[in-house]
Amino acid sequence: MALKSMQVNPKRFDRTQLKFYYILVPVAIFMLLPVVYIFSQALKPLDELFLFPPTFLVRKPTLQNFTDLFRAATNTGVPMTRYLFNSIIITVVAIFVTLVMTTSTAYALSKKEFKAKKWLFRINQTALMFVAVAVLIPRYLIIDGLGLNDNFLVHIIPYLAMPVGLFLVKQFIDQVPNELIEAAKIDGANDLHILFKIIIPLVRPALATVSILVFQMIWNNPESSNLYIITETKKTFVFYMSTLTNVQNAVAGAGMQAASGLLLFLPNLIIFIFMQSRVMDTMSHSGIK
Amino acid sequence: MAMTYTLEELKEQRRKDKRKDKISTLLLILPYIILFSTFIIIPVVFSMILSFTYFDLIQAPRLADASGLYNYITLFTQDTNFLKHVVPNTLKYAVLVGPGGYILAFMFAWMLSQIQAKPRKYISLALYTPSMAGAILMSVVWRTLFNGDRSGYINSILLKNELIDEAIQFLISPDHLMNIMIFVSLWGSMGIGFLAMLAGLLNVDKTLYEAGYVDGIKNRFQEIIYITIPQMKPQMLFGAVMAIVGAFNTGYIGVALSGANPTPQYAGQLIINHIEDYGFIRYEMGYAAAISVMLLLIILLFTRVAYALFGEKD
Repeated sequence: MALKSMQVNPKRFDRTQLKFYYILVPVAIFMLLPVVYIFSQALKPLDELFLFPPTFLVRKPTLQNFTDLFRAATNTGVPMTRYLFNSIIITVVAIFVTLVMTTSTAYALSKKEFKAKKWLFRINQTALMFVAVAVLIPRYLIIDGLGLNDNFLVHIIPYLAMPVGLFLVKQFIDQVPNELIEAAKIDGANDLHILFKIIIPLVRPALATVSILVFQMIWNNPESSNLYIITETKKTFVFYMSTLTNVQNAVAGAGMQAASGLLLFLPNLIIFIFMQSRVMDTMSHSGIK
Repeated sequence: MAMTYTLEELKEQRRKDKRKDKISTLLLILPYIILFSTFIIIPVVFSMILSFTYFDLIQAPRLADASGLYNYITLFTQDTNFLKHVVPNTLKYAVLVGPGGYILAFMFAWMLSQIQAKPRKYISLALYTPSMAGAILMSVVWRTLFNGDRSGYINSILLKNELIDEAIQFLISPDHLMNIMIFVSLWGSMGIGFLAMLAGLLNVDKTLYEAGYVDGIKNRFQEIIYITIPQMKPQMLFGAVMAIVGAFNTGYIGVALSGANPTPQYAGQLIINHIEDYGFIRYEMGYAAAISVMLLLIILLFTRVAYALFGEKD
């Protein structure tokens, strides 16, 4: 009987595992089908996109959609690359600021003693269940009141405080031994030193995970462009993509939309693949006690 | 005398250090606290206050009626769409996508923990991938797949195999929209909660299983109930919270798929769409805020259940 217990995370293959593969492999393939479809659509020439009956896989792959997309401009004259550029800048800045802010807060919550500490962590833990869309209207009024309307910063500032991120990084910093920090303090290091020289290098897996979460949130987020930005040159790529099927020339739009869909999706996938093991490392400390 | 003097001095020094440390701590947490309050706490409080008022964005908000409960009373006595469609829809959707998706995620994670590391890595990547697609892309892809004319991929398969006689208007048909929404949301629901549970499963101390079998555990099911789940309760709870939040966050999907708010015959109308409908289309901000408060209460209720199941009792 004890043999059975070795089946968690087995080192070797044996036939009792087959039943799991029979379920998991078809599910995995099924989950990936729409993703394959995104790739296939992006590479289809126009006539294949409107073929009847429609084909799932591309027959004569072409990069024509991408060339069209990069040459494209909206009818207000804003080139597509402008939206893409905006998205990249916003995402990079948001990731960087979130990481620094989250880590410094998490460090204080994990290693410092102050009265409101427990209470703050509790509130943050409750805020894990915060659903931003539920309070869309007061958020809109606050953002408007702060004068962030039609301001480039509106893509970044409202999304910086991220309860899940703080929670994950704090749980990870809890693993850093206190002695290490005490020793640094005796050597005369101040909090900024400790944060940048000790904490940040040690919690890299958690930071990788948080960057992925921030990336997915900001890069894929149409809300800020939809609600707050009026000036076309300040809008983002995901917004541009959503406008492509609304234009009058829906036929030409379809190819470009397929291409921009792939362009939108691919960075998510690539970043996650590179960081998968770090994410798993972080997740083993993710429990809520 | 000199001793006491130095002692005093030392004490003074310590006090100074402590104060410096306090200021430093405050500076470390201040940016987060400010943003957290501004964009999370205040909106929630603001929602509650607004829910007692009449506010159309043009005139200053004023109390909805003498008691301030007017919006809530209307919500529960006058708004037939809310009671007949929105609430039942939201509950059906939230239960199937939240707890339903959660159970699926646990089952997949458990099966993955039973196979070797290499294939596990690839299969878990495949399961996680859809959750990266994001709102816009998700609706674009599924809209083309479920397209209502013969060029829609799913319609064309069904037609070819003669399962149906004519193309089904999946996305604007009240009979199908809700099921498609649930299906699409489940497809994209294997997110970080799923990864957390997988990590939790792999971290359960193996000797506990051996001990369990000595103590008379007979099969895999008992093993899961008596050893695995109690051992990974913290991850189970994190996964549950993420599943609930995920379910409510994807509430836009009905409007995105059908392209209309309200959705055809309110078939896919969830609370979130109802809020947008009243807030941004009809500009009845006070009323929309009252609906928001109801939504927050529903989410709170779901999370309470999760905490009751998996939370550590203290």
